[in-house]
Amino acid sequence: MFRFATALTLAAAVPATAAEVTDFTLENGMEVVVIEDHRAPVVVHMVWYKVGAADETAGVSGVAHYLEHLMFKGTDTLEPGEFSQVVEAQGGSDNAFTSFDYTAYHQRVAADRLGLMMEMEADRMRNLRLDDRDIATELRVVQEERNQRIENDPGALFAEQRDAAQYLNHPYGRPVIGWMDEVESLQLEDALSFYETYYAPNNAILIVAGDVTPDEVRALAEEHYGPVPPTPDLPERTRPQEPPQLVERRLVYEDPKVAQPYVIRSYLAPERNPGDQKTAAALTILAEVLGNGQSSELAQRLQFGTGEALYASAFYSGTTLDRTTFGLVMVPAPGVSLPDAEAALDRAVTEFLDEGVDPDQLERIKTRIRAAEIYEADSARELANRYGRALSIGLTLDDVESWPDELRAVTGEDVIAAARDVFDRRNAVTGYLKAPEAQEMTQ
Amino acid sequence: MIRLVLAVFLTLLTLPARAAVDIQEVTSPGGINAWLVEEPAIPFVALELRFLPGAALDRTGKRGAVNLMMGLLEEGTGDLDAQGFAAARDELAASYSYQAYDDAVAISAKFLSENRDEAVDLLRRSIIEPAFAQDAIDRVRDQVLSVIARNAVEPNEIGRARFNELAYGDHPYGSAVEGTVESVAALTRDDIMQAHRDVLVRDNLYVSAVGDITAEELGALLDTLLGALPQSTDVADPGPAGWNIAPGIELVEYDVPQSVVIFGQPGFERDDPDFFAAYVLNDILGGRGFSSRLMEEARVKRGLTYGIGTFLAPMEYAASTGGQASSANESAAELVSVISDEWVRIAEGVTEEELAAAKTYLTGAYPLRFDGNERIASILVGMQMDDLPVSYIATRNADIEALKVEDLARVAKRLYQPENLSFVIVGQPEGLPGDG
Repeated sequence: MFRFATALTLAAAVPATAAEVTDFTLENGMEVVVIEDHRAPVVVHMVWYKVGAADETAGVSGVAHYLEHLMFKGTDTLEPGEFSQVVEAQGGSDNAFTSFDYTAYHQRVAADRLGLMMEMEADRMRNLRLDDRDIATELRVVQEERNQRIENDPGALFAEQRDAAQYLNHPYGRPVIGWMDEVESLQLEDALSFYETYYAPNNAILIVAGDVTPDEVRALAEEHYGPVPPTPDLPERTRPQEPPQLVERRLVYEDPKVAQPYVIRSYLAPERNPGDQKTAAALTILAEVLGNGQSSELAQRLQFGTGEALYASAFYSGTTLDRTTFGLVMVPAPGVSLPDAEAALDRAVTEFLDEGVDPDQLERIKTRIRAAEIYEADSARELANRYGRALSIGLTLDDVESWPDELRAVTGEDVIAAARDVFDRRNAVTGYLKAPEAQEMTQ
Repeated sequence: MIRLVLAVFLTLLTLPARAAVDIQEVTSPGGINAWLVEEPAIPFVALELRFLPGAALDRTGKRGAVNLMMGLLEEGTGDLDAQGFAAARDELAASYSYQAYDDAVAISAKFLSENRDEAVDLLRRSIIEPAFAQDAIDRVRDQVLSVIARNAVEPNEIGRARFNELAYGDHPYGSAVEGTVESVAALTRDDIMQAHRDVLVRDNLYVSAVGDITAEELGALLDTLLGALPQSTDVADPGPAGWNIAPGIELVEYDVPQSVVIFGQPGFERDDPDFFAAYVLNDILGGRGFSSRLMEEARVKRGLTYGIGTFLAPMEYAASTGGQASSANESAAELVSVISDEWVRIAEGVTEEELAAAKTYLTGAYPLRFDGNERIASILVGMQMDDLPVSYIATRNADIEALKVEDLARVAKRLYQPENLSFVIVGQPEGLPGDG
């Protein structure tokens, strides 16, 4: 079976772990999580800020991501680029990423270099110094990044348009990297204002995973992050919410560079919330039942059964601050039109809802969930990411640790009930991606 | 337990230490060799199998046969059809992957200690007794054709395909492992079975395992899993691929806002006595994260690209060195001129400071790679494919430390040939040299 890259993030039912996890909070409000893995003398050091692209104000889309780039441009004591050079001089690697709900900076180094990483990361939490030339050049780099990720790829442009149609009011409708015309006009003041407002120890989570003990981490964190004063007036994390959605939105995006047409539908869907993860757990299992692998419902019905699909799947990621989406996608087999594919997808889902969840399949999924706890203990970095994503949207350690149990508790009836709630066409965006009719494919 | 012996280093710039993973060289009772690291801390095993060569053994006119065959291994065996196989695998919570590359086909598996025998038996059935049912062949063939169609419109894939076609012509390296629309459409069940016999043979096998398993258990496992494979194959080796692309720029006009720039020239074999020096030179030129010369010149100073990287590709039938980057159509010509200038400059060697920084990075980063069963298994099978001894892990950093700027100057002159550097550009770049 070959996997199709349709630029979707497929939700995996990956739970927390049996690894040793400890947490505490510094006096200035910085949360700390330590994940011990003593197999190799390596450590992953991450700082997650509880701010992302969805916290930007209208008109400066992309500023959270632009600031992430500028964070490598020097401080009172570090030259531009020196941060990464120091990491490399330790044999380490470093990078950062920005999402709707968080911005994270991370390094992977020998365990005895942890203090140095903390010293530099704490420094750039407050002491960023930017000069005009650096920032203008870096803005060009961000534009080239947008060219590379989005502008050159019809599937990515299509996804942006679908997201914009999905969210009538919430900033999840804007791309994380920003709209090109707004990115081009980003100013230094925009980035600095964002930095001064949101980058603070009481808005950050420190995650250290690897060959360390909680006591070592606490001592180093108190030494390096402890002296950074908290920001007293952090804005409350509320964003414009979705009004009731009254009508499905439908898009047809045509581009001669599309070789593989597909139909994709997303529905607004509930997310994981602190102390309240039941619905998200049922939707996570629903995505597995419908779409994960050759024995899933959509594959059985549409690939193996009628043969109308080359590929059919479902996706859901509940680890978001605000309402997320549940998606269905189908790549039609040769000779099947997109309207026929959409009808087949709807028919398959309806039949599934009528027939209910196959108990054997549900059992297999739960076996995989249990095994995932074993396999994922192999990667401290993945574990660190999982905790970072969850905590940065306000989930607690309890929520993270009870998640596998929540998944295991889901019944077939829960799955069908969650599906009936979420599959409401008024909340849906349905898109076709295709090449223009009667136009030859050219290079 | 993985024993990574790291000296304690107290000051920041003393040299990081050697990694010493405790590798056992295992030979099964049936004569299959493997490298093993026992790590009982987590109750699972990561297993890596490689057969060399891979899709480069596609027979004349049958390009894509090995790739399609590998894609079919998980599509049914015996009384299990594709869905039955997937369900059986999921019941065991095992994970198997089957991939085809020109130089190797790769089978990666991980399975729990609690049902290891069942998981290995199911894997065995997929490798030794695949059904190759006609309906599965037709279904997976359609999937492959859709990949071929998608690659034909994707600018990075267009560029790589054009570069390989120009460089390697009719040799298998000159076309994609997926094959062409015509060759894949014509493949029969006999062709798939022939590809299975051609590639999956014990003479071409390399194995590593890391996890909760002893040497004795691994030996028995390997005989069960692979003992029934034929010893050897009579398929013809394709021979050297040559290098036929002309120096200079080949433009593929394509309607995208950002041009993709692919560049390369002939390189060193993996067993070249100067390979380490070439490796360090590549690191300084464009191999390393944020602070290579090309990243500094193209991204940091000029904002021409989001990322630029270079590689050494010592493949089985050809060795090359090159890289890839993208820049808006308006600035692609400037990117090409930066790359050309840096190719001239690296051919003159590097400074003491650059060499020292590269050594610190490369020797410090090496032991950090060995952190996880799956990653270690993958490194160990790669070492065997490169014909490296177990002792390489202990000596590798010292070999890098021993390099001097004079060595790098000599090797740079031999490796980098600015006059032989070829570019393929996909897009609508403005103001390229030679434009009116």
